[in-house]
Order: sequence, then C-alpha cells, then structure tokens
Amino acid sequence: MRKFIKSNDSILTSVVGKTSLITRFMYDTFDDQYAATIGIDFLLKTMYLEDNKTIRLQLWDTAGQERFRSLIPSYIRDSHVAVICYDITNKKSFENLNKWIQDVKLERGDDVIIVVVGNKSDLNNKRQVTMEECEAYLKSINGKFCIETSTKANHNVKQLFKKIASSLPDIETSAKDESTQPETVDINIEQPKVESSSCC
Amino acid sequence: MDENYDVIVLGTGLTECILSGVLSVEGKKVLHIDRQDFYGGESASLNLSQLYSKFKPTAQKPELKGRDRDWCVDLIPKFLMANGELTNILVHTDVTRYIEFKQIGGSYVYRNGRIAKVPSNEMEAVRSSLMGIFEKRRMKRFLEFIANYKEEEPKTHQGLNLDSNTMNDVYNHFGLENGTKDFIGHAMALWSNDDYLNEVARPTYDRIILYVQSVAKYGKSPYIYPLYGLGELPQGFARLSAIYGGTYMLDTPIDEVLYTDDKKFAGVKTKEGTAKAPIVIADPTYFPEKVKKIGSKVIRAMCIMDHPIPNTNDLDSVQLIIPQNQVGRKSDIYITVLSDVHCVVPKGYYLAIVSTIIETEQPHVELEPAFKLLGPRLDTLMGIAELYEPLEDGTSDGIYLSKSYDSTSHFESTTDDVKDLYFRVMGKPLVLKKRPNAEEEEALNGLE
Repeated sequence: MRKFIKSNDSILTSVVGKTSLITRFMYDTFDDQYAATIGIDFLLKTMYLEDNKTIRLQLWDTAGQERFRSLIPSYIRDSHVAVICYDITNKKSFENLNKWIQDVKLERGDDVIIVVVGNKSDLNNKRQVTMEECEAYLKSINGKFCIETSTKANHNVKQLFKKIASSLPDIETSAKDESTQPETVDINIEQPKVESSSCC
Repeated sequence: MDENYDVIVLGTGLTECILSGVLSVEGKKVLHIDRQDFYGGESASLNLSQLYSKFKPTAQKPELKGRDRDWCVDLIPKFLMANGELTNILVHTDVTRYIEFKQIGGSYVYRNGRIAKVPSNEMEAVRSSLMGIFEKRRMKRFLEFIANYKEEEPKTHQGLNLDSNTMNDVYNHFGLENGTKDFIGHAMALWSNDDYLNEVARPTYDRIILYVQSVAKYGKSPYIYPLYGLGELPQGFARLSAIYGGTYMLDTPIDEVLYTDDKKFAGVKTKEGTAKAPIVIADPTYFPEKVKKIGSKVIRAMCIMDHPIPNTNDLDSVQLIIPQNQVGRKSDIYITVLSDVHCVVPKGYYLAIVSTIIETEQPHVELEPAFKLLGPRLDTLMGIAELYEPLEDGTSDGIYLSKSYDSTSHFESTTDDVKDLYFRVMGKPLVLKKRPNAEEEEALNGLE
C-alpha cells in the first residue's frame, strides 16, 4: 500500500505544543512526560462533518526540524493547511510566528490556509498574549482563523480540527486535477530478486 | 546549545543524508549541519533565482513563465535505476512515503549521426533501427546469452568464463560490430569510457542485467525520477533522520573544528554553540585540506528549452547517451531531459542537462555534439566541477569524508560511497532492515 503526501491535507505546526496538540486530537491523551521512541511522522484521521461530508486529514508533525528552522520545503509545499502555534504564556513565541508565516508564504504563496493557534489556554493567569492581539495579527497576514486551545485541559482541540476541516476547499476538484497527471510509479511493489552479485 | 552527539554530519548532500537517516534509525544521536540555508549541498535542486545567482550572477535572466519555485534544477544530473541500490535503500527506509517517482520516458543512444531508442530485450533488438539485419540477429543472440546465463549450468556459458574472458572476448564470440559494442557498453552497461573492454566480463554482465531488469520493472526506460527534482532525495532522508531523533541545523557555518590532544575529531563550534562527537561525516567541501582532486573535471550545461528533443517522439523525458567513439572522444556525453511532468519546470518548458568529463582546454566546445541534438535553446548555464575524494579513510582521526558526485548517469557509485562510508564508520557492512510502516511506528510509540 502506498500512502501519499499530496492526496490529503497536510498540516504544518510549529513552535509550541504542536506534538501534544496532535496526540490530544488523535488519541485524547495528554502526557507531560511523553517521550516517544520515534517521532511522529504523520497521522491520518477521518472526520465526519455535520453536512454528511467526511474528510481525511493527514497531520504532519515537524519532527523537530523547526528547532533550528530547518524544515524541509516539501513539507510545506504539499500542505493545504498550515497550523502555526504559539504559547499564550510566552510573548516571544507569538512574535516568532512571523518567520514561520514567511516560510509558508514563500513556498505556497496564497494557496494555503493559515490557522493560528494559541496553546496553553489553561494557564490564563500567566497569559502574555491576548486573543485581540492574535485576531489583529491574523488579519495582518490574511489568515483563516485563530483559536486558543489547551491540550492539557482538552479545550478546543476538537473544535480546532473541525474548523479546519470545514474551511477546506472542495477536495473533489483537487482530486480531479491530480488524475490528469501521468501516473507515478510505485517503487514499493515487490520486485524479482536482484542477484546478489548485481551491480558493482 | 552545548550538547554531545554520537555523530556530527556536515553537508546535506544525498550521501550524508542517507547516512544520517540510517544511523538515526540505528539509534545513533545525530547532529546534521549545513552552512547553506537549503538542503542538498552539491546534490541540491535549485529554483530559478538560486540557479542564476550561482551560474550567471551578472546576467539578465531571460523572460520565463512561471514562479521561481516552479523550477527545480538539479546541480548533478542523474537518474535512479529502477532496480538499483538507491531504489532499494528508499524502499527499505520507507523514504518512499515522502517522495513520488515517475518513469523517464525513454533511453536513447547516438550512433552514426542519429539517435535511436536503446533496445533492452531480444524483441526490441530485432526491431531496432540501430543495426542492420545481420547485426540484429547477432545482438539478439547476445541478449539471449545474457538473459539465459546461469552460473550453475555450464551449458548456458557457451564456453565463456565471465571471470577470465574480457568483455571484448564476449562481444567477439557473438561477432558484434564496434558500433554495437558502443551502445551495449555505454548505453546499457553505462560505462563512460572503453576501459571495460579489456577487463573481465563479469562487471559488465552485472551492469547489463541491472539495466535489463530496471527496464523490465516499469517498461519505458530503466530510469525513474522524483517529482520536484533530485533535491527531494536528501530531504526525504533528512526527515527520516529527524523522525528518529536527528537534529537539523541549516544556515549554520562551521566556525571552528575542535580536536583532541592526539588530533582526533572532537566537535564543532557554530553560532549555536559547541557540539561534541567522536565522529564526523562530511562532504569534501568541509575539510578541503583532507581531500585530493581525482584529476578529472566535469562540465555540466543546463539548457532551458521550450520543446522536446527532436527525434524522440516528443517524450516528456529522456536519457540520451553519446558514446565517446561516436564523436571521437575518450568519455561519453550524457544528456538528461525533463519537463513539467516531473514538476521541475513550468508547463511548456523542457530542461536538458548535458554533462561530460573535460578533455580539452575548451570544454564548452566539447558539448557541441549534444547541443546540435537538442535544437534551439532559450538559455544555457554552464558550470565546471572539480571532483574530490578523501586522502584517508578516516579511521585514524574520526573524520570520514565522502566523494564528489561523479559524472555517471545514475546513483550506483553514490550508494557505493554510502556503503563504503558506513563500513569505515561502523566497522561492519551496511545491512538495511525494513523500517516499520507508518501504522507500525504509531504502535511502537504506544499510540493507537
């Protein structure tokens, strides 16, 4: 079986609490001590929307490559939605959003939906960024919506992905576009054994 | 960040990225640094403005349609053999989940002033316009010999010994003409000069088998190519490494290399701080004092065109080989042609990359036979690359260096270098284990 990047909706997250956002959404768990043996590559989730539409989301994690700003371009190129996160208790993380937006716009122009997420809304008493600031920022970058979440308290996580799913353009049309392209080859298919002596 | 690692890797070329990926999967803590702000090093694919700033910094760019990022021009023109070792590595590491591949439309060879498709089996040999009627029969018998050869059945050997007879002996056994030897040796076995003729036949036999099996896999040609250019390959392996804990730092020049008292590698200093490791793997540009020129230079010309190559049935992509003898040279001229089907140029454009090993003082003139076959070009960018290899194997100082990407038309020598480096670093041969698929990885993480 071959699964592929371009078929669904890849999501870019970065900066703060991104992996826990994905694991909360996917598995409804939150673990402070969570230390995966292997990073999360991408996860698939089928969502059922009110109007009987189903949408398959393909969630890609940044795999730590955002730490020194070394995301691979193809990661952004194949995405339909970029979810960019900051920590509401950390002004710096909010100010850093700009460089990520730039990276996304450089690779995708205006062909991508940008969603801004303020995480850790359970820590309201330590808040350094207001919702109004986020709204104003969103407007300035022509983003789709912003939302505050708490992965710890499981607040707004489901709503976030629901909103994303319902703001996606009609998938059928883009699927049609792809079928007009000549076929790609599946190099994973079992092949006749290469003789051990082959190639020098 | 002051941290300790098992391995530091410098340069994000394909060789380095495969090793990062493989070592990370094996549990090594890897720090991977590149001084440039994009992935791929010498094996990157450049967008249009990167391309012009590298090769024609002062010239006016011609009027070209499309966005900057619609162009992905490979610095090193190569294709993957469908049944080759890089394909094998991609499948085992499941890096195929990040990259889509398409076939190359056809494999062509130049003979007697014109070009024709390379026949890959007996049937095609009989139909080929490359040979006269009697030669076709001889070629057919040769290909049957290759296909039917079985080590343990001496009667299939026709009295030939692949380990003691030269390849020329084998050709002569079938009475093949020199022109036919040219396209078998250069367009199927993919040798870039004629040294192989007087060497034992085994390696050439192996190469022909690789070619034939690669064609058999998808049909049109033995080659496959990643959408958006070869630069996707190092990126895919970099992601593999990152998933398995590798740390990536682009745009980070090395300020200082640190050594132990007994002159062994100890770490690097960068703007982010000091990183320590007992081992470094790097491309030749990071340790210029520890590499030597191998003595041959490669010229590569990137030709932007608005039409397919004449006489190739308007194929969207081709490999075209001009064997050295056909144009009075010592090494072959390779031409790779790609189009928007591979997402490397905007619709309506074609990109031809011509390359060869330089033999004279006027290298651009050496490419003329290729330019004649291409037809009109909108623009041509040329670069000359010196090839390097390490002076030492790295075991004495912990500095393990890769070789430059050579002029061959595929990645088999690159994967040989990967395996050689792995052996030098780890002291054991590289054995690829199948990476768990995405679902199995979830399970490994305890997530279900």
